[in-house]
Amino acid sequence: MKQRPFEARYAAGWQAFAARLDRLERQAAPKNAPRTTPLPVAELPAAYRQLCQQLAIARYRRYSRSLLTRLNQLALRAYQQIYRAPQHRWSAVLRFLTADFPQRVRADAGLFWLCAALFYLPLLAMGLTVYQAPELIYSLLSPESVADLEAMYAPDQASAQRNAADDVAMFGYYIYNNIGLGFRTFAGGVLLGIGAAFMLLLNGVFIGAVSGYLTARGFIETFYTFIAGHGAFELTGIVLAGVAGLKLGWAVAAPGRLSRVESLRQAAASGVRLILGVTALLLLAAFIEAFWSSNRAIPAEIKYAVGGAGWLLVILYLTLAGRRAP
Amino acid sequence: MRIPPGMAATSFGYSSWAWMRRRWLSRLFDPCHAYLKPFPAFPTPMTPAISVPLDTLRRLETPEGIELSLRVAGPVARALAWSMDGLIRYGALWGLLIVLTLLGGGGFGVWLIALFLTEWLYPALFEVYAGGATPGKKALGLKVIHVNGTPVDWPAALIRNLLRAVDFLPVLYGFGLVAMLGNRDFQRLGDLAAGTIVIYRDPPEHASQLPLGPVLPPPFPLSPAEQQLLIDFAERGAALNPDRQAELAELLAGQTGLHGVVGVERLRAYARWLTGDEL
Repeated sequence: MKQRPFEARYAAGWQAFAARLDRLERQAAPKNAPRTTPLPVAELPAAYRQLCQQLAIARYRRYSRSLLTRLNQLALRAYQQIYRAPQHRWSAVLRFLTADFPQRVRADAGLFWLCAALFYLPLLAMGLTVYQAPELIYSLLSPESVADLEAMYAPDQASAQRNAADDVAMFGYYIYNNIGLGFRTFAGGVLLGIGAAFMLLLNGVFIGAVSGYLTARGFIETFYTFIAGHGAFELTGIVLAGVAGLKLGWAVAAPGRLSRVESLRQAAASGVRLILGVTALLLLAAFIEAFWSSNRAIPAEIKYAVGGAGWLLVILYLTLAGRRAP
Repeated sequence: MRIPPGMAATSFGYSSWAWMRRRWLSRLFDPCHAYLKPFPAFPTPMTPAISVPLDTLRRLETPEGIELSLRVAGPVARALAWSMDGLIRYGALWGLLIVLTLLGGGGFGVWLIALFLTEWLYPALFEVYAGGATPGKKALGLKVIHVNGTPVDWPAALIRNLLRAVDFLPVLYGFGLVAMLGNRDFQRLGDLAAGTIVIYRDPPEHASQLPLGPVLPPPFPLSPAEQQLLIDFAERGAALNPDRQAELAELLAGQTGLHGVVGVERLRAYARWLTGDEL
């Protein structure tokens, strides 16, 4: 059969098929088109297989390039409608947070301890050093930043309450800054883990230096009551972002029996799920930091108790959640 | 009959580049061979056209046992799409900033959250919910899909957009560009990790119909591949200027015995006969 008779025989079918795809594609987009008739889903696979067969015949007979391109495009669009990942439901989010995420953290326990060491050891070392020699803080921070720090935590400033608007502003800032840092740590991991390790060390060094300095200055109550509330969630979030990043780096550096790209792809698929959990942790931390930690009206004992409860909660969550089969 | 290599290579831009590159490489690495013998002919008669490794076509085998082809988008189109998205994003943020500063400190907090969302999640949101394309990509006719051809899902969209932070290093997508030039599908690091590619949504424009005219059977036998070349040449008439058409038809002047516009018309007549057009 020559090309024109072939086209004439099937043209109507192709047109109907294209119209059907148009409808499906419009439905996939988040527009609420009126749905009077049911979507043509049921008969799509059969029509698609027919089209595939016609395309194969057209190729075999070397019909013109324009016809082949047109049929290829139709088949591709149908392929994308038929083969797609299942849509996630909200229950999946709940399951992720209650079981999947802690399970994934436990599966990477080794990396978790490595990242904890990369973060807490410099933190402790820097904290002790700066506590002994407070002037070392100037090797990290500019004098203006140090003055800002002091102004924030000086006990005589305790009466200067932040108002609600400032709390919201700080909430926005913590989200932008802290979660952004978590994402960067994850992304930096792809450079053989160097980026992620660097971010962990850097965070450890800075947090340690600031803590050591403020402790040495004697701003103990104002500083520690501030960080007590959100510390558990934020510090754990930072470490876990490091885990997600180092997973990528390790996959690239030591892919085992997979190709490097395939290994990276698998590590990224599980790393991004860790990062989702990290986002939840850091979001919680930002909320507490903005609306609870900053409130100096709350007695110190309660803040320490809440802080301790936070640590207990995080530890129990990461060690126990999702152990029983649902 | 054998269509001369010059015609095949020059009249169909999509595949000539791969052939030229091969020719050039053979000259580079095997000078004696290249200068003593004529260059190998364009390999259409031997292999089906669709299986020749073409420029930026990626082939995708579906469970139905057919290969679909995708056109992968290169760095320039993607950079343009990114710039357009940048304008949209930062324009919107700027407008939002003006509105929200009227609300004071709290408004600034909301703006920072908006900044966070646009910086990290704007592309992922559009890629998942708007058919694989941010507004910039849509304007340039691009689209993100998985390497297996399926629409991009949340994990993949997040991975490729979080890893943007590394692709952007050290300046203006330096790492991303190096990675893109290092693999045949122009994947930046984020694409490699997420298993995604960026393709052109629509096929290139083809002049699809031959103008009506005389129909003549070709007086010489043509292999199927040669028939296809001839039909493609005739259909592309609208995209080539008359001189170029005549120049290409001249390559077959030995067979047709006709020159210039008459030669072109004769080849079209053969093409009409081959496709089954009626007068």
